[in-house]
Amino acid sequence: MKIGVLASQGAFAEHISTLQQLDAEAVPVRLPGELRGVDGLIIPGGESTSISRLMSSYNLMDEITSMARSGIPLFGTCAGMILMARDISANGTESLGLINIRVRRNAFGRQIDSFETELAIPVLGKKPFPAVFIRAPIIERCDSGVDILARLTDSTIVAARQGKLLVTAFHPELTDDLRLHRYFLDIVSGKS
Amino acid sequence: METGTWKVKTGLAQMFKGGVIMDVVTPEHAKIAEEAGACAVMALERVPADIRAAGGVARMADPTVIEAIMKAVTIPVMAKCRIGHFVEAQALEALGVDYVDESEVLTPADEKYHVWKHDFKVPFVCGCRELGEALRRLHEGAAMIRTKGEAGSGNIVEAVRHMRAVMEGIQLVVNASEAELKELATGYRVPLEQVKEIKKLGKLPVVNFAAGGVATPADAALMMQLGAEGVFVGSGIFKSSNPEVRAKAIVKATTHYRDPAIIAEVSKNLGDAMMGLDIKQIPSEELLAQRGW
Repeated sequence: MKIGVLASQGAFAEHISTLQQLDAEAVPVRLPGELRGVDGLIIPGGESTSISRLMSSYNLMDEITSMARSGIPLFGTCAGMILMARDISANGTESLGLINIRVRRNAFGRQIDSFETELAIPVLGKKPFPAVFIRAPIIERCDSGVDILARLTDSTIVAARQGKLLVTAFHPELTDDLRLHRYFLDIVSGKS
Repeated sequence: METGTWKVKTGLAQMFKGGVIMDVVTPEHAKIAEEAGACAVMALERVPADIRAAGGVARMADPTVIEAIMKAVTIPVMAKCRIGHFVEAQALEALGVDYVDESEVLTPADEKYHVWKHDFKVPFVCGCRELGEALRRLHEGAAMIRTKGEAGSGNIVEAVRHMRAVMEGIQLVVNASEAELKELATGYRVPLEQVKEIKKLGKLPVVNFAAGGVATPADAALMMQLGAEGVFVGSGIFKSSNPEVRAKAIVKATTHYRDPAIIAEVSKNLGDAMMGLDIKQIPSEELLAQRGW
């Protein structure tokens, strides 16, 4: 199984290392040609405006959109989730518009408001997930076809899935817990 | 729910990786930087080249300037405090800046102690010229490191020297025996555990950017190939003749740092780079990099 990790900017090396721990082949993607032959793609955390500009300049937006439309699974974390969302509240960032959610950037405030918490994610089992939220977005609204995977205790939505598209507002790649990446690989292999 | 943890401090720096952090002095600059794809901006009253030219004591920027820049953009905003000036750092934290740079570009406030950065919720980035200096800053709580280079010089030579020194230091530690590790820790003036961590990881435990002298896309890619995980560009953008175009070109070169065809392409028609300084022509007491220890 070969998974591409968008490497325009951000924490792509952490995703690659996590995938390797799960014995998946992981390749950094900076140009459209590097998408060839991948079975799934991760869009990492980073700065969504920065990643969006870099994707646009080398035509990655169109390539990734048509890839997702052809049924190749995508997993977006934090900035990746913003870029996959159909709507971004009050913002000019260009997104791929793939998943039927509306997100709000920097929804918790500035860096001093960034936090860690133990998050219940029922599809991963009973053990809570160590979730790291860094200047994180939230999901304000989910429309048809979207399943909510996790909420904070105040019921804010922070993880969702629509078919083969998976998004989290937090950073599983910054922790040792491999379950979300394994869950994504199960989507890629058709097990989930 | 826990804020200000080591993981969220170092984690934000991980989100900067592969990116460019640009010095800006106005909201308009900040918007140009954001539009060009900067992963963060450094809010200042003057860029280092102007600080150097102005002389006198350089201090934390006016909070009005910092707040105006924070309002103008959605990307993270950093600001500088003087070395050891923990009250400037407290003020910056109160303003809500996303990262504090305890910087040699400003005039040091304390000749003995840097800020004890573990006391803060806001994360800090600090400069270094070699591994020992990086480790001392980490010990004090820096969550991100940058090599110092020579700010405001437009000359990459010092940035290269410092990055090579850090990388050589790491190799020295990786190849050291138990006995040598103790000796190295003593020399670096840090706890043995810190040196052991470097040996285990084969790299710094936090993100390491390059700074001080980046003026062209090729400079940025050079620092990336030497092991930087991203770059700070100070005077290099807004002291050039066409900041918009140059900013975009440096962002692209930092992402595609191993792709010579792209670096050649983005280096075309950028207009004049900032006027650089020969480091040898700078009187040694005016070298910013020697501030801090």
